Amino acid sequence: MAERSTDTIHEKTVAESSKALRAGEISSRELTEACLRRIERLDPKLNSLITITAERALAAADAADDRLRGGDAGPMTGVPIVHKDIFCADGVRTTCGSRMLDPFVAPYSATVVERLEAAGAVMLGKANMDEFAMGSSNETSHFGPVRNPWDPETVPGGSSGGSAAAVAARLAPAATGTDTGGSIRQPAALSGVCGLKPTYGRVSRWGMIAFASSLDQAGPFARTAEDLALMLGAMAGFDPKDSTSVDREVPDYTEGLGGTLRGVRVGVPAEFFGKGLESGVRGLVESALAELEGLGAELVEISLPNMELALPAYYVIAPAEASSNLARYDGVRFGHRCSDPKSLEDLYKRSRAEGFGDEVKRRILVGTYALSAGYYDAYYLKAQKVRRLIADDFTRALEKVDLIAGPTSPTVAFGLGERADDPVQMYLSDIYTLAVNLAGLPALSVPCGFLGGRPAGLQLIGGYFDEARLLNAAHNYQQVTDWHRRAPEGFE
Amino acid sequence: MNWETVIGLEIHAQLATKSKIFSGASTAYGAEPNRQACPVDLGLPGVLPVLNGEVVRMAVKFGLAVGARIAPRSVFARKNYFYPDLPKGYQISQYELPLVEGGHLDIDLEDGTTKRVGITRAHLEEDAGKSLHEDFHGMTGIDLNRAGTPLVEIVSEPDMRSPREAVAYMKKLHTLVRYLGICDGNMQEGSFRCDANVSVRPEGQAEFGTRAEIKNLNSFRFVERALEYEVERQIDLIESGGEVVQETRLYDVERGETRSMRTKEEANDYRYFPDPDLLPLVVEPAFVEEVRATLPELPDEKRDRFIERYGLPAYDASVLTTTREMADFYEATVKAAGGAAKRAANWVMGDFLGALNKDGLDLQDSPVGSEALGTLVARIEDETVSGRSAKEVFEAMWAGEGDPDAIIEAKGLKQVTDTGAIEAVVDQVIAENPQQLEQYRGGKTKLLGFFVGQVMKLSGGKANPQQVNALLKKKLDG
Amino acid sequence: MALGRDEVLAIAHLARIGIDDESVEGYARDLSEILSFVEQMNAVDTDGVEPMAHPLDAVQRLRSDGVTESDRREHYQKVAPAVEAGLYLVPRVVE
Repeated sequence: MAERSTDTIHEKTVAESSKALRAGEISSRELTEACLRRIERLDPKLNSLITITAERALAAADAADDRLRGGDAGPMTGVPIVHKDIFCADGVRTTCGSRMLDPFVAPYSATVVERLEAAGAVMLGKANMDEFAMGSSNETSHFGPVRNPWDPETVPGGSSGGSAAAVAARLAPAATGTDTGGSIRQPAALSGVCGLKPTYGRVSRWGMIAFASSLDQAGPFARTAEDLALMLGAMAGFDPKDSTSVDREVPDYTEGLGGTLRGVRVGVPAEFFGKGLESGVRGLVESALAELEGLGAELVEISLPNMELALPAYYVIAPAEASSNLARYDGVRFGHRCSDPKSLEDLYKRSRAEGFGDEVKRRILVGTYALSAGYYDAYYLKAQKVRRLIADDFTRALEKVDLIAGPTSPTVAFGLGERADDPVQMYLSDIYTLAVNLAGLPALSVPCGFLGGRPAGLQLIGGYFDEARLLNAAHNYQQVTDWHRRAPEGFE
Repeated sequence: MNWETVIGLEIHAQLATKSKIFSGASTAYGAEPNRQACPVDLGLPGVLPVLNGEVVRMAVKFGLAVGARIAPRSVFARKNYFYPDLPKGYQISQYELPLVEGGHLDIDLEDGTTKRVGITRAHLEEDAGKSLHEDFHGMTGIDLNRAGTPLVEIVSEPDMRSPREAVAYMKKLHTLVRYLGICDGNMQEGSFRCDANVSVRPEGQAEFGTRAEIKNLNSFRFVERALEYEVERQIDLIESGGEVVQETRLYDVERGETRSMRTKEEANDYRYFPDPDLLPLVVEPAFVEEVRATLPELPDEKRDRFIERYGLPAYDASVLTTTREMADFYEATVKAAGGAAKRAANWVMGDFLGALNKDGLDLQDSPVGSEALGTLVARIEDETVSGRSAKEVFEAMWAGEGDPDAIIEAKGLKQVTDTGAIEAVVDQVIAENPQQLEQYRGGKTKLLGFFVGQVMKLSGGKANPQQVNALLKKKLDG
Repeated sequence: MALGRDEVLAIAHLARIGIDDESVEGYARDLSEILSFVEQMNAVDTDGVEPMAHPLDAVQRLRSDGVTESDRREHYQKVAPAVEAGLYLVPRVVE
């Protein structure tokens, strides 16, 4: 019997693991060891993890078991997770997917890491990602691309591709990620898992390596909305170390789950169904909308007229902030340093040329240009004004509806290398997600079917701090669908 | 041709907070390298700034003291450039929307008039670290202890017309920030630094000439010398057919000259934009009023009050109000002296400051307190000691021999004011000098001095000179 | 906006990123493409629109002035590429 339970132990969701742990049916050590074995066996096919922290995980599992025995356990106690390698964890190598930070062992921990640690979650390792979170396919990682468990010849999405793939492959029931323009939702969609980007300010950014500070937000990956609720409950909360963290009570996100969708108005923006949307994906999303209607929701046609401008505005604002955020990587206090620098300028130019990959360099250059004298008004200031128009569109729409629904990404997973040489083509993958970051709203992606064996995601967008409503809608949807129960072949 | 000098100053004053502007690291001066540099100061990946409220309070205090407008909403921006003492690759500074705008400071000119110098703005920013150029195998060492120390940068209007005016302004500002308790003013430690913008133009011309910026002038003397040199240089340059270039120059203390800082003049492009890690700083009117209520009496107000209340000459009042501590010391001295304001001023500015200077001591380290000094002044006032003996008493007090009364007693310096006793001495002196008496009475009245001297000598200096004078006159003339 | 070689090199210098000769053209092409793409923004009139720097309509929170950090120099310098006597070393800076 015991043997059988460890064979299928990885199938458990966070909620199921949590229940079994507290009932004493399994120990955190068993669960952790099972995940570590699975990682050892399966991750070479995926490359979803950059660092595996086995020893630390087992120690944390034992501590969690003590807490469980002592009756001092919360819902995350003893549950294994992986962290995107963008979160600093004291004493653990934290690379941000870059050669620049290949040698960087973080001397302090991110608040997200500390909070999950305090909740008793067990960190198994650090997930692969696009370099400095810049990418939509996980191909810009210095540590090599991540493969999509549903089809190893395709990408898992990005930038949190490692987190998405690890959860999809059942290497861990949950993972953390970050979302600057879709970096949680898009890989969640392409990898067939759930991913939530909370309201800007809901989760602390302390210790999360910055890409674009006014857009970055951390959030969870899991297979179910219920698990997202449990993860978010542990991650969210006010942090005095982050000036942009919001001092607002964190509700019990699981409490409202199961509430009816009757009377919930779901806005469907015409702009999300225009050209560029793959017809197969459109079909799946439309079916999902019909399911929501079947659950009692009322579909309302809405318009977000400036949506088309989100992509250009984003590709000014994000690179501009990044060009400044990444200036600290200069080879002086940490990180990659070129050998035998001849002068200060040589130290800077070579360390940065060697330490950063192409996409990161491209974005730093674009951002530098957009902020430079004579171009600031035309690019950066203009983009900030467009940002206001986009946020206003959402505000107006959300006066009429409770939620907004549409596709997460215009296509399903694309082939490895397929878009690597065309930055603008790659950027189009985030066309439906990045407006949400510009506005700072919460949104999630939930699996809504398959196209040729590749998953697609339904995106739900809510009002500020309306995560509970989003999670409930996704939970309802998952009660009547089973997309999330399917496992990729070879990763059952 | 007559040239007019135009000077504007940018003064960086380190705010006297315990912790840094955006981190909880200590700002104490003099720690070993990098022992006061925390992850935020080091710009480690993932760190974030949180603004120190005391910094805001201090800057508002300054703004109110110079009659400026406190912006209800100000914004922190990033000034982007690469330099090894700048860990993040940008400096957080207020740019388009500073906290303090439009104030002024009145300076006293040598001809006795005052001049109003405009203060354009004062904004908050973080200090950079330090580069140490001692030889580490041909490398430079970087110490980031100073990185993140709060600064208020005070920008003046180009209102000063001579190096002397510039120094007067700088000194006045120096006095003010210490009065307010927002900066320790220690120039050696770099707590109060000055950059100067200088240009010259033909007298009567409305538009400004091309200016040069002189960096890092860290003493009043250097400011004056550097500006004098620079003004001369610019005039010579123009008169010999050259043109002033807009550039940054460094004052070379050893050579007493300014020189261009960059061989290749590189146009800086700082790419300012609002720091997305910080939100707009909003200062409520109630907070401003709360700060206003804590404003101390300012130097000018105090000086005027000293003139009014103590009847001091303007010069004395200025000297005694140079620092808040000095003014407080003076007022305590007057109180202990029973209100003898002018005599107290003479003593504080004379023997007391002289002794401090001679021993190189700060006011707070003085061996003689205001209570003791005031008592001594009171003893002169009530004629217990003569002014001459008082100097001896003061020296003994300085040497730690005790309080004035004990010293007067021990040294027997008490003035004799008993008319009978003085009369006895006077009679004795007259009796012992019949010849001089005869001469005096024969019209040589100048001999009065001789008799006074003899009486004083015989009394061991303790006889009250006025009484001696009066008695002698009476008896000699009698 | 098409960027030329010199412009790319000037931007790269501002950003202190060394670019070798053979990649300049590639960057020029990519950057030009990205810039002309973002210029789609010009299609909308934004006169009178207040720029949005931040999603939150909130104000800066203030910290109380206390020293909360202790000396952990050795710990922080473990990740430094070159230190001596507690100082970070860089190639000689000439002033």
